[in-house]
Amino acid sequence: MSQHEYRDMLPGHAEFRLPAPAPAQRVNGRRPIPEEPVAEPSAAPAAGDTLDVWDQRVAKGLAFLRRRLAGSYEVDDFGFDPELADAVFHPMLKVLYRDWFRTEVFGIENVPAEGSGLVVGNHSGTIALDALMLTVALRDKHPRDRHLRLLGADLVFRLPVMSELARAAGATVACNPDAERLMVNGQLVGVFPEGFKGIGKRFADRYKLQRFGRGGFVSAALRTGTPIIPVAIVGAEEIYPILADLKPLARLLGVPYFPVTPTFPWLGPLGLVPLPSKWLIQFCPPIPTAHLTEFADDPLVVYNLADQVRETIQATLHELLEKRPDPFGP
Amino acid sequence: MVTSPPSVVVVTGVSRYLGARVAARLAADSRIDRVVGLDPHDPPAGLLGLLDGVERIQADARAATEAIADLGAEAVVHMAVTSVPDPQHGGRAAMKEQNVIGTMQVLAAAQGSARLRKIVVRSSTAAYGASFRDPAVFTEDTEPRAVPRGPFARDILDIEGYVRGFRRRRPEVSATVLRFAPMISSSAETSLTRYFAQPLVPTVLGRDARLQFVHVEDALEILHRSVIEDHPGTFNVAGDGVLMLAQAVRRAGRIALPLPESALSTGAALLRNLGVEQIGLDQIDLFVHGRVVDTTRLIREFGFTPRTTAAAFEEFIQAHAAGSTLTADRLAAAERTILDGIRRVRAAAEVSAGPPADAQATAGRSRT
Repeated sequence: MSQHEYRDMLPGHAEFRLPAPAPAQRVNGRRPIPEEPVAEPSAAPAAGDTLDVWDQRVAKGLAFLRRRLAGSYEVDDFGFDPELADAVFHPMLKVLYRDWFRTEVFGIENVPAEGSGLVVGNHSGTIALDALMLTVALRDKHPRDRHLRLLGADLVFRLPVMSELARAAGATVACNPDAERLMVNGQLVGVFPEGFKGIGKRFADRYKLQRFGRGGFVSAALRTGTPIIPVAIVGAEEIYPILADLKPLARLLGVPYFPVTPTFPWLGPLGLVPLPSKWLIQFCPPIPTAHLTEFADDPLVVYNLADQVRETIQATLHELLEKRPDPFGP
Repeated sequence: MVTSPPSVVVVTGVSRYLGARVAARLAADSRIDRVVGLDPHDPPAGLLGLLDGVERIQADARAATEAIADLGAEAVVHMAVTSVPDPQHGGRAAMKEQNVIGTMQVLAAAQGSARLRKIVVRSSTAAYGASFRDPAVFTEDTEPRAVPRGPFARDILDIEGYVRGFRRRRPEVSATVLRFAPMISSSAETSLTRYFAQPLVPTVLGRDARLQFVHVEDALEILHRSVIEDHPGTFNVAGDGVLMLAQAVRRAGRIALPLPESALSTGAALLRNLGVEQIGLDQIDLFVHGRVVDTTRLIREFGFTPRTTAAAFEEFIQAHAAGSTLTADRLAAAERTILDGIRRVRAAAEVSAGPPADAQATAGRSRT
């Protein structure tokens, strides 16, 4: 049944929806061409419908605005504001995720449908865009639309506007009490153990995993019996290729590194536009930890597990790179 | 654990709102024979009515020492802890004198009193300090990362330090330390309630602090139970849930005025020096970092759940509706007006342009 026929059957109703089409299969990472050309909106009877749809949108937008201005929304203990994240942050990032980076996601079935999980990824790309894209990927692709709760460096929470946005988007300071509290509450927690060593590394070192810190993320997962899901992200390395790091300037500004990329700082604000690389995200099978709870303080177990996660990610990165011969390909 | 209630209770700081309310509540409890209020100052006229059943001794902390021993007090409720300097009673110097030296003397007296079984000390969640690396939620075991810069927070750390010393020296006395979140109610007047009652509320630019409040009635219930029952230990007392500062300002129907932190500090210092309002570093730190505590231990031990932060704040809003501009009702009315306006404009356009049948259908829809 075509859209016209439906419209004729249900005249003047904005609530009716076409039955959902079969999920679109990506062909070579592109969105498929629609089989049926979208019908031209026919003159008089359809005009009322479109207006009604717009009416609804306006009403929805106004209701959202009113709720925000009246403060009638809910925020959790960490400052996460799901309504704001879904209505504002997510749609904005999704443009970058889908149209700019053409992101493809594999192995989403490895992310648990409910209950806690610790998603551990490789970090790169000068600013932590990979963390944001991972959040969008989970919200977009996961059958349960799960929110990823990121653990961020304290630098993020020291900066005025950044800290406000980060908390509203569901991030919190990377420390064991917060990580464990989130996991006990059954949340999906995202962590990048490489930290600034990962995002601040030079282009020449791309896709080489850096040291994984003290493995604090592993002990937090062990203490709560949370499965660890390693994730490999390919594409973030090419968005701002760091050719050099001006260390004295970084020290002067109090930041961990000062990047020099082909476009930054030469082109000024234009240099902040990320290069449109092709992104692949692969979730690896979860590593269960429920049977290791009593070893949370055993440095050997923690270190071995951290190493296992690190090697899984590194191997997956190599596989993904073979799948993507051209970093700026389609 | 429940033991027999103490027969003689000494309450310090009865010249202030909370102290007077606690004393009145304990005096109304028939299980307690005698409630004695200690305070160097005379309570204001508004609180005198509350203190009818309370014997008052107007004495400073030094004289209070003898009083506690002479009266044979079985429980001491130490409420003489001020969060904001009072310019009429000597400002910050007097505040420190009362908080730190006063607590030392009360604890010294309590230590020497043979009949004492119980001591309850008012503390504050300011004990957790304020730092960018703090965990999002504080449990009672969280240590502050650094010595806080706010004078009240530093006093609180000193006070809790003395209580730790007291616990070591008199382990048989049950010592309860209650860390209260900022208190709020329909009638209580604090610098925080005055802050939210302004029509234009200054906030920190680029920061949205997570706040928690506790309702005064719930705070009193917890204080009452800790005198009647035995609950040794340190407990966070706060309403569950979180309100962001901007959200609280909006719910109160006020307009937030975000200022850079430095401008806010300077402005607050200026107001302090002029004696207009006492917004100190403690409050600014709270508005930059926010403070959320875990109340699991409180709920488990006392078997009592304080009303949520949102509910406590709602009650405060109801009582302070005057002076609000952007209330939820007005916003809803504005929303309806805009939607009606759109509908009317569209109906008019369709009447002039579209076929009549369609216009009627639209009119029918807008009536429903």
